[in-house]
This record gives sequence, C-alpha cells and structure tokens, in this order.
Amino acid sequence: MSAAHPHRFSWARMLAVFIKECQQMMRDRLTFAMAVGVPILQLVLFGYVINTDPKGLPTAIVSTDSGPMARGVLAALQNTGYFRIDHVLTSERAAEALIETGEVQFMVVIPNDFSHRLVRGERPALLISTDATDPSASGNAIAALNAIVPQAIAHDLPGALRHLGGTPASFEVRIHKRYNPEGLSRYNIVPGLVGTILTMTMVMLTSLAMTRERERGTMENLLATPVRPSEVMLGKILPYVVMGYIQLGVILGAAFVLFDVPMVGSMPLLLAMIGVFIIANLGVGFTFSTVAKNQLQAMQMTFFFFLPSMLLSGFMFPFRAMPLWAQHIGEVLPLTHFLRIVRGILLKGNTFIQLWPELWPMLLFLLASGTVALMRYRKTLD
Amino acid sequence: MPAFAIDVHGLTKRYGGRAVVDNITLQVETGRIVGFLGPNGSGKTTTIRMICGLLTPDAGSGTCLGLDIMKDAAAIKRQVGYMTQKFGLYDDLSIRENLDFVARLFELPQRKQAVDDALNRLGLSERQEQLAGSLSGGWKQRLALAACLIHTPRLLLLDEPTAGVDPKARREFWDQIHQLAEQGITVLVSTHYMDEAERCHALVYIAYGTILAQGTAESIVAGAKARDLEDAFVRLVDQAQDNFK
Repeated sequence: MSAAHPHRFSWARMLAVFIKECQQMMRDRLTFAMAVGVPILQLVLFGYVINTDPKGLPTAIVSTDSGPMARGVLAALQNTGYFRIDHVLTSERAAEALIETGEVQFMVVIPNDFSHRLVRGERPALLISTDATDPSASGNAIAALNAIVPQAIAHDLPGALRHLGGTPASFEVRIHKRYNPEGLSRYNIVPGLVGTILTMTMVMLTSLAMTRERERGTMENLLATPVRPSEVMLGKILPYVVMGYIQLGVILGAAFVLFDVPMVGSMPLLLAMIGVFIIANLGVGFTFSTVAKNQLQAMQMTFFFFLPSMLLSGFMFPFRAMPLWAQHIGEVLPLTHFLRIVRGILLKGNTFIQLWPELWPMLLFLLASGTVALMRYRKTLD
Repeated sequence: MPAFAIDVHGLTKRYGGRAVVDNITLQVETGRIVGFLGPNGSGKTTTIRMICGLLTPDAGSGTCLGLDIMKDAAAIKRQVGYMTQKFGLYDDLSIRENLDFVARLFELPQRKQAVDDALNRLGLSERQEQLAGSLSGGWKQRLALAACLIHTPRLLLLDEPTAGVDPKARREFWDQIHQLAEQGITVLVSTHYMDEAERCHALVYIAYGTILAQGTAESIVAGAKARDLEDAFVRLVDQAQDNFK
C-alpha cells in the first residue's frame, strides 16, 4: 500500500485544500467584502485626506507700518500659498493669544518703523513665530519664507537702494525635484499604500487560516488524513495570493484613475515583484497561525508585525530620518524594500537590475518565513 | 491480513509529568466490534489518537493493521477511518463539498462515485447541498461517519460517536456498525452507553489511564462478581480508586 502511494508532495491534495479554502472564502462574504473595501477606504483617506505639505495656514499679522516694504512682505507671504492672513492686528499680545489657542499657526510681526529703518540700512528684524507643536505642519512654509521674503523686499526697493535687499550670492543654486516636481504627497503615499494594505490583509487572513482550523476542531480531522504540511500550507496560501492580486488591481486602478499617479516603469515587472512580496507576507501570517492558540491571538500578532512595518518602512516617515539601528530593523521588513520597488517602478521607471538590491532581501525573508512556518506546522497533535 | 487489527504494548502518554495513558496493552481481533469504555478523562481519546498516529507515545510500541504505529503513521492514516469526538468537518461547506474534500485528500480514483456511494449509504443524498453547520446532531454524526468511510478503511476508530444523538438515530447508527463489521471492517468504538456496550463483541474498560478489564461482557460481569455491566464498572472503578490512593 505504501509502496503504491509513496508519501510525496501531491498536487491533488494541495488542490483539495485550495478548493476548500476558496469555497470557504466565497461563503464568508464579510471577509471578502472587507478585503476589497479596506483598500478603497484607505485610498480615499490617504489619497484625498492626508497631505504632508499643508497650504493656506492661518496667520496673524501684527503691523502698524503701512510703508511699501511692509506691504511687499505681506504680498510675498500670500503668494507662497502657505499663508492665509486671517487677522491683521496692531497688538503683539493679541496675536500671542491667537497662537496659544491654536487659532492661527503663524504670527508675523512687522515693526512699525520697518520700511523706515530698512531704507536707512539698519537691518530691521521681521519676527515670524510659529506654533511648532507639529513640526511637519509648518516646515515647508518656513522654508518658503526664507526664499521669498528677501526677493520681495529687494523688488520693492527703489533702484538706488537695491543693495539693501542683500547682495545676491556669487553663484546660483538650482534645485530639480525629480520624479515628483510638484511635490504631491499622493505620488508618494498611494504607491506606498499598495504595500501597507497588502501587508495588513495578507498577514491577517493567513494568520487566521490555521487558528480557525484549530479553534473549530477541524484540525484533528485534517491531521487524520494523508495530507502533508506543505500541501496544507500551499493550498491555504494560494487563494490569498489571488486575493492579493485582486486588491492590487483595485488599488492601482484607483491610483491611475482617481489620483493620476504615473506609471513610468514596467507593469509586468511590478506584477512579478508583488508576487514575491505577497508570498513573503503570507509566510509570516502562516507562522503566526501555527503559534497562536486562537484567532484573537493571531490578530494581536498581526498588529505586532503591522505596526513596525508601517512606521519603520519609510511609509509614514522618511526612512533616512531614523537612527541607524532603526534603519537596520527596517531593512529586515519586506515592506521597506517593497516600497522602494513600487515607487521605483511607478515614479522612476526602475529596471530589474536596478531593483535587484531590494529584491534579494525580500526573497531571503520569504525563504526564512516559509521555512519557519513549515517547521512549526506539526503533523501530530503532540 | 494480521489476526489483530490493533496490537499495542505498553503505550504511555504523559502531559506535564502526569501519565494520562499508563502502560496500556491492547489487542483487537480483526473483524470485531470492540467497545472502549471508561469515565471521562480516563484516557480513551488519547489511546485512540496514539493508535492512529495522531499522537506519539512516550513509551510502548505496537502495530495497527500490521503497520508500525511509530514509523508508518502515513500508511496507517490511509486505511483507518477516525471519527473525532467533536464534529470535525466544515460548518461552512455543504455535505457534498465536505465529502468531496475528504475524497480528494485520499486521492480516490473514482471520486464522484465514492462521494455518491457515501451519500447513498447514509441516506444523505437528498440533503447533499445543505451546509453542514445547519444539520442537527444526528445528521452531523451521519455525515462524519460517511466522511470516515469514504476511503473504505479496514479499521474504524470511533470516539464517542453517539454523544448527543437521539435514541432512534443511535439505533440506526449501530445497525450501520454491524453491517460494516459483517463486511470485515474492525471497529473500536468508545461510548458511555451500556446498551451500546452490549452490542459489542468484546469490551475494554479503562480508568485512570490503565485497563481495568477486558473481554466479553459476560466474562467482565462474572470477573467482577457483579449483577450487570453497569454494576461491574462501578465496582471496578471503586477498586481502582482505592488502589490509586
């Protein structure tokens, strides 16, 4: 008997598990709807709502100077687009109160003899106070100020006094913002979402897959059949690979149609790379599901993996801003590399050779997580 | 065919230092129905799991259908039908889908035929599209039996198959068991019901992880100097309890 059926990997048994998982997935309407609904919800939130370059920030002006220089400064502020002048006050204290209550983000104080002293060459000071509790909210606005205010003042000075606007540097600095010249956050965030959404749903759904068998008592029956661990694992993972690609279709479709995200690189290359990324995450989920005793634990483990992935991968915060040790942790996570891959292909048109340095760490991670998952899966109830 | 479908010696299983099954030696003749009795937590389920390769014994050895229980677990699984105490099939699949899944796992050559046969044998054909989760206890038990018969096993291990099933369904179930035994299938069935015990060819009585008595119902009653089977078991447990202390 055992000679007639050598106990090797069987595609038929793998297929049995695959079919069963698909049937269960189809019947579980809510999970299926969530798998498609979550990407849409996140896309709308991140794509339309979140903006790391806020404009039109409320500003209070304290000014008693009606000279041409002061007016020039005000015009320059408004032209940057970052400042929306809500209040023009004469008392510094009143403006302070507005900052304290959070009604305005900026307070610009133009001393009453600003124009006068400027013309006399006394280097008068412009005071710009900002509510810097959230540094990222005001960072770009401040950077714009440094460039535009001296220009505005120089422009308004009569010819003979133009030197007072400051001497121009003996060289020029030209800045090219490549791949995203307008600095749109959504060009960065929407491709990044492909990775985060896949990480979350893939790890979560697979981590529930095995724990559900154990919790409902179907595991013992499964173990009593000739099915092998590798067959169960593959059969359970494949339906989620399909689901991952469905999610990808939803996200990319929305990225192109709603958010005009460019696609500079090769689509087949992107699809192939995403396959590696999806399977690496499924390996993690499967490992969790062999460790977790119930579905609640599996969910908790998912978040234990998902949070560092979100925070350390460079999705939410710039990767290079993190301390070196945190970057090392980040380099282990598949999401970190995948973000560089997806942004590289969509925005920069990177090729396979250019992306290989990001691909091999993902492949290594896949190998490691898959091996651990297979080793943790037991053929007996011991 | 070996004379004994089950032939195990000195099986022991410990959990956290406590022996749940302690040095059990058990022989079941081919083609017989053997009742496996004992109080809750006496080690019945653990013993059955060790026989079919789901648990590795800490000590002991033996064969199941002539195959080594330590080495040939994969081959044993192909020829044994194991019905778990808790309903072990999928609530969110239909009867037919469940049977089809099991048939695929056993790689049966005539899969559709095998599923149809199993449905017919247990009268499940008309309900084949119904989800398993919506079945009552008796029907779930029929489905579970159909699933463990689908690969035509030579040995059935049934772990409290009739718990929570009404008397009529229980009787029909036992008629099935006897039909199967007539076809040469060996059955080891655990139960708490004395009327079921009386329908077995032989009995094994286990408590505290050790076998207290085995043989035919008459020999056990005579050996314990008891009025009937139930009385015999109560006496045996009381004696064991004294020894255990």
